[in-house]
Order: sequence, then structure tokens, then C-alpha cells
Amino acid sequence: MPHTKPLNDAEAAPCYHCGQPLPAVVDHAAWTVNIAGAAHTMCCPGCAAVAQTIVDLGQESYYRDRTAYAASAEGAQQLPPELQLYDNADPRFALDEDSRESTFTVEGIRCAACVWLIEQRLARLPGVDSAQLNVATERLYVRWQQDRCQPGDILGALHTIGYSAYPYDVDRHADQQRRASKTLGRQLFVAGLSMMQVMMYVAPSYLAAGDGTLDSDMASLLRWASLLLTLPAILYSALPFWRGAWGGLRARTLGMDVPVALGIAAAFGASVIATFTGQGDVWFDSVTMFIFLLLCSRYLELRARRKAGAALERLQHALPASASLLENYPASSAATIVRAAALAVDNIIVIKAGEAVAADSVIIEGRTSLDLSLLSGESAPVPKNVGDAIPGGAINAGSMIIARVTRKAQDSTLSDLIKLINRAGGEKPRISLWADRVAAYFVAGLLLFALAAFGFWFWLDGSAVRAWPIAIAVLVVSCPCALSLATPTALAAATDQLLRQGVLVTGPQTLETLYRTTHIVLDKTGTLTWGRPVLQNIHELGAMRADFCLQVAATLEAGSAHPLARAIMNAAHEAGRENWSAATLTETAGCGLEGTVHNRRYRLGSAQFVAGIAGLPPPREHADGVTPVYLGVEGQWLACFHLHDGLRPDAQDTVDYFRKAGKTVVLVSGDDDVLARRVGDQLGIETTVGGYLPADKLNFVQQLQRRGCVVAMIGDGINDAAVLGAADVSFAMGSGAALAQAHADAVLLNGRLGAVADSARTAERTMQIIRQNLGWAMLYNVTAIPAAAIGLLNPWLSGVGMAASSAVVVLNALRLRRKT
Amino acid sequence: MEALYLLIPLSVILVFVALWIFFRASDDGQFDDLVGPALRILQDDDNPRSDTK
Repeated sequence: MPHTKPLNDAEAAPCYHCGQPLPAVVDHAAWTVNIAGAAHTMCCPGCAAVAQTIVDLGQESYYRDRTAYAASAEGAQQLPPELQLYDNADPRFALDEDSRESTFTVEGIRCAACVWLIEQRLARLPGVDSAQLNVATERLYVRWQQDRCQPGDILGALHTIGYSAYPYDVDRHADQQRRASKTLGRQLFVAGLSMMQVMMYVAPSYLAAGDGTLDSDMASLLRWASLLLTLPAILYSALPFWRGAWGGLRARTLGMDVPVALGIAAAFGASVIATFTGQGDVWFDSVTMFIFLLLCSRYLELRARRKAGAALERLQHALPASASLLENYPASSAATIVRAAALAVDNIIVIKAGEAVAADSVIIEGRTSLDLSLLSGESAPVPKNVGDAIPGGAINAGSMIIARVTRKAQDSTLSDLIKLINRAGGEKPRISLWADRVAAYFVAGLLLFALAAFGFWFWLDGSAVRAWPIAIAVLVVSCPCALSLATPTALAAATDQLLRQGVLVTGPQTLETLYRTTHIVLDKTGTLTWGRPVLQNIHELGAMRADFCLQVAATLEAGSAHPLARAIMNAAHEAGRENWSAATLTETAGCGLEGTVHNRRYRLGSAQFVAGIAGLPPPREHADGVTPVYLGVEGQWLACFHLHDGLRPDAQDTVDYFRKAGKTVVLVSGDDDVLARRVGDQLGIETTVGGYLPADKLNFVQQLQRRGCVVAMIGDGINDAAVLGAADVSFAMGSGAALAQAHADAVLLNGRLGAVADSARTAERTMQIIRQNLGWAMLYNVTAIPAAAIGLLNPWLSGVGMAASSAVVVLNALRLRRKT
Repeated sequence: MEALYLLIPLSVILVFVALWIFFRASDDGQFDDLVGPALRILQDDDNPRSDTK
């Protein structure tokens, strides 16, 4: 204990720097600064550090000239000086003019109760708009107003309740995780060793119990040996529980660690007294075993959390830290290594085979194939050519390419993705909030119950001989952790599993709502169909063979980005047709292209346009829903290409899955009724409506909702933003930049429609597991606590029960990560 | 029987020595990689042409 100082004295001399009253306990030696020849006491190390800095800078005159005390930031008193360095001016935190946001790494999260505590504390901080903690990744996302709050305040608030936090940094985070699991491993080892040794010393007293063969000297020696060996477990291994309980009490909340810490303290305290006096029971074996088993379940939980965050972690590491910049391209191809964050738009970078793309860019030289598995879940490499956009984080699986940066590394597709996911993991579904609230009341009730049980047995026996172990057993046997862990572990595992399959879940309620869905509303264009035309067939109209027509058409279209042109080029590419070279290409917007190939002038485009050189009236032949593109040469029609928006291959399976699951599938399309109905009939969808504008779609969904239906909407993300927002749960087909704007609860990263059915399956299993977990936690507590209260369970058996019940919950949730 | 009065204190000391050794080993990174060394021993590093140390 540092020197204490009477309170009235403290009132007389406030902190010399900030003018606040000195706390009752002042560490004079550390908090005193010598200013202009006189020693002055400060209220805290922060003020002392500031004052010392001022003195060291030779600015002592500040104290002589000042007219008021220095401004003091609330919460800064207890804040380590290095945390005060972060302020709103830091560009890392900028969101918009008034708001700042950041992701912090939080150290020392032990179980679900910590999450509740941290969020509650920050929500009370003035100026904080939102604070969400992702348990799986130990990351805290905070948004605050810059004129009312400083990052230092946030860190300080966390500091007062016993957590340290730092602005998120990948390397630092990984390092912290390693350290945390190493420390927990050591604590586990120490607890295990001391448990086994204590058991050896306790065994004789159990074996010789009652028959008097153990003489009292020997019994006393064994007790002292047990006491000594329990000390490392109490002082080192049980640290997480002491810290957790203390942090909770300081914030005036009852954490899950409180009953645990009380139980350990009560059992150990009673045993120590019994050892000194030589009377009564000792429970050193139970204490060490309890600590060991509880640490085991904590360790298991930590591992499960790490595993659940693994896919996310891989994403974080996917953006490389450096890039090879070509400064004098194309004059010189000498590359310099620069930090990826320093890349600016229009920089030219080179990406060698096997390297990751540092930022979103466009290929300007070379062709390759990219591994996009992290971004989209797509496992096969995707071929990319000059002019194609490549997302940051993709791995170059082919040969070296040179690319021009289009967006800075921190704005890249992958960064957007990571932001989305971080936010996703932070928000909590209703079921989880409910469990948290229940758990907080549960702990309070439990403490009262333990007290009541103690009181009852004490009154019955007139002594604490039986009452004490029973109270300990009640404290130890209860498992609020199982209650709080039940939902988050299951959801984290499910989200991770879905991300591996290319479904990015961003909404907190997604899985829960998807499970309750009654209506599946599908958009047609871009969702059930590819959303881009595919060449269906070629009608020869003249003397030229179809494949030559295709080759000519592809040659003409080579430079065009029009979707119809893409379709023709893809078809030619698939047919193995190499492009010839075209000369004097001219494009007439909305009509078509004209150009010379092998000295013949061709036109490709609409009937009217081609008729301009073919001369004859266009042959009318095309079915509904098919877009015709004509090819003609002077005086002659050559071919008609039929292009048509094809169904996705997994459309049928998806529709079938939901129909079998008893949900109503509805097709809503902006195309005309006949077209929509044809697709609907083909897939066997009962209700098909066409000709709907976005506003009509919105209306349709809202009408369904008014009738009490739970609607899941699947659309292509951009056109359907309003409907997606209105639906109870929504899926967007999306990739690239559109992701960030997507208002959907889940994004299908690989554009695979079948992933919706996968999500529904996962949602069903997740809800099942959450129900099992909650049910198990309830059942366990309802039977175990009364059993402990009536004296059926002794302390060691309670410890086993508690640890086992937590482990069951965590292991059950981990089943979700298995592939179905 | 009397020997126990010596042996039990000795065993307590032994446990603390074991803990000390464990902490030292842990600090030296003994438990950081539990899989790698078992694989590494299988690799031939006495090949004169290889440049492993």
C-alpha cells in the first residue's frame, strides 16, 4: 500500500497540474514533480507525466504564467500515457465530418459476460454512437462524435473496467492472441500439476478416514504440503477469475466470474483456516481440480473462438503489406518495394506469380489466372486478361502481370469486405441479447441462493460444518457461462462456415430470420438467370458458315464492353476461334459496329443498321425473350445470332429445395409477364408476377409482410436495394465495389444461387444447436443447483459438472463447422 | 514412517523445481511449435550439397 494522506490535507492542495482534488491514496514518490525548485504532488501519473514533460522542455514558466488549471480529459486519470496519444486528428479514425470510427483490439476477453460489460460501459460514455464487440475476433468497433469524445476517453473507459485496448493492428493482434493462449496454456499446466500433487497428499487422509491409522502429526504435515502446492494454482492459474470478478465488481456488474471467484476463495479460505487450527475439513483437492477443469473449458472456448475467426483472419492477412511499384513504367521495369498503404491511384505495380494483389487494379500487361478463393469462395482460378479489373487480395496463380491501381489499398474490395464482416460479427441477434440479460440476473439470483442455502443449513446444524461446503458447491456448480456461450459460439461457427462457402453474412438476425421464413421471393434477371446474355444459337442467312460468322463477329466486337459483345466473344472463345484483325472499326451507338475484315466490309448489330449495307429487308425470325444480333456484308445477310439470358445451372435445385422445405417460392420480375411466367413454369414456381417496377416489388413484399409472412428476398443487390432493405432477410448477388453499398443481410460472394439453399440449411442447423445449447444450460442449472443446495453434491463434483457443461456447449457449437 | 517427514517436504520442493523448469522452457519457446521438430528430424540435413547449416 502506498503512503496514505489525510483527506483534509488533500483538499487543501489539489493536483498542481489540473486542479482536481488529490485522491486519498497518493503515490508521492512517483507522482511528484520538481517544478521551479519546489516539489508538487499530482493527482495521477498522467498529470505527473505531462508536468514532467513541460519541465523537461524548459517551459516551467507555464506554471507561473497560467491563469487557470490545465484542462483535464475525463477518464484520463487512470489512463497510461501512451494511450493518450490517440486523438481525433488521427486520419485512421476519420469516417465523415462529425463522426469518427475505429476498430480496436481488446485484450483480456474471458467469456461472454465481458462483451456485455464492455458494451454497456461504452454505451454510457457521452458521444459514443455505437459500440459493438465481436467476441470471435476480440475486436471492438466503435463510432463516436468527434466534438464530444476522444479515442483516449474510450480506451480510458475500457481501462477502468480492466481491459486494455489498442487501435486494431493485424500484427499486434496476432501477437496478442499468441501471448494470450500461451499464458492460458501455462496457467492450465500449473493448475494440472498442482492438482495431481495435491491429490497425492490428500489420498492418505481419504484412505485412512475414520479408522485412526493416520496420526495427527502426519495428517497435519500432509495438509501443509497440500496448502503449499495449492498456492501456485491460486496465485497464478486462477488469475483470470480474480481479474474477471474484480473488473466486474468495479463496474458494478455481476460478471460470470464472481460466483467462481467467490467459490474458490471460500473453499481455499476455509481450508487455510482448518490447516492452521488443525480442525475441520480441507478442500485443497477440490480447489485445484476446480481451477484446472474450469481453465480446461476456458482453453477450449478460446480455441473454438480462434477457429471460428479463422476464415476472417485469413482475409485480414490476404492484403499484402508491400507492393512492387514500377515508377518509370514503361521506360524502365525496375521495381521498388513500397508499403501497400502508400500506393496511390494510377500507380503501376507488378504482380509476380504467387503474389497477392495489393490493391484493386486493372491489368495493363500480361494475362494470367487469379485465385479468388478468399474473396468469393470460388476455388477454380479465374482467367484474367488485359483490361480486366482484379480485386486486391486475389492471388496471382498464373504468370507475371503489370497492373494500374484503381483504388487505394485501404479502399479495396477486400477492405470493404472486412469492414462488412467486422460489423456483422459485432451486432447481436435478439436471442443472444436475451441470453445475456438472463445471465446477468442469473448471477445475482445465484449469489442470493447460495447465501440462503448457507443460512438454511447453518440454522439447521447450528454450525458451518455442512453449510460451508454446500454454499461452495452451489456457487461452483452453476454455469451461467453455458447460458451466455450457447448462442455466440454457435453463430460464430455458422458464420465462419458460410464464409467458407462464399456467403458473407452481414446482418445479426440473418440466420435466425432465415429459419423462420415463409416466403422466398426471387428476382428473375441476374438472380435466377445470369443477368447477361448468352449466345444460344446462330442462324445462317447467307453463304457463310456459322462458325466463320461467329469468328467475324468476335473480331468486330473485340474492343467492345457491351454485354452482347461479351456474349459473342465468349462463345467464339469457347469454340476455340482466334480473332482476326479488323480495320477501320466504327461504332454507332445503339445500332452496332462496322469494320473491315480480310478486305470485306461487315456490319454487326440491329436489323435496321445491317440493312444499311445488306440492302434487303431483314428476315424476321426470332422468338420472345431472345435478342437477335445480325451480321451482314455488302449486299448480303450472313447470320443472325440469338442471344438470350440463360438460367443459372443451380436455379432449379434451389427452387426445389425451398419448395420441399415447405416455403412458398415467388418469382417477381421487372420483365413482362409472359417472359417471367415462362421462366417460372420452367422451374415449377407457383406464383409468378411480371412487369413490376422496383416500387411495385416493394409494395408486393410489404403486402406479404402485412399478412404476417416472413419474407426472404433474393436479388442482385443494386437494382433491388429498396426491396432488399424491406424484406425480413435478404440475399444479394454481388461482387466487387457493389458490396459496400449492398443493403442485404447476406451477400453471395461467388454469385452461386445454390448458396442460398446452403445458408438455409446452415440456419436450420444453427438454430437447432442454439436450442440444444440453451436447453442443456437450463436443464443443467435447474437440476444441479437444487441438488447442490440440498447437499447431494460436494464441491469437487460441482466443479466437474460446471466445467463439463461449458465444454458440452462449446463442442456442440463446433459441430457446425463440419461440412454437411 | 519417519522418512516421510523428509520425503514429503522434498516432494513439495521438487514440484516447485518442476514448475521453474517448465516456465523456463516455456519462455525459451519449447512449446511454441509442437509439430515442426518431429517433422524436421526426418529431413536429411547432412547432405553435403544442401546449404542447410
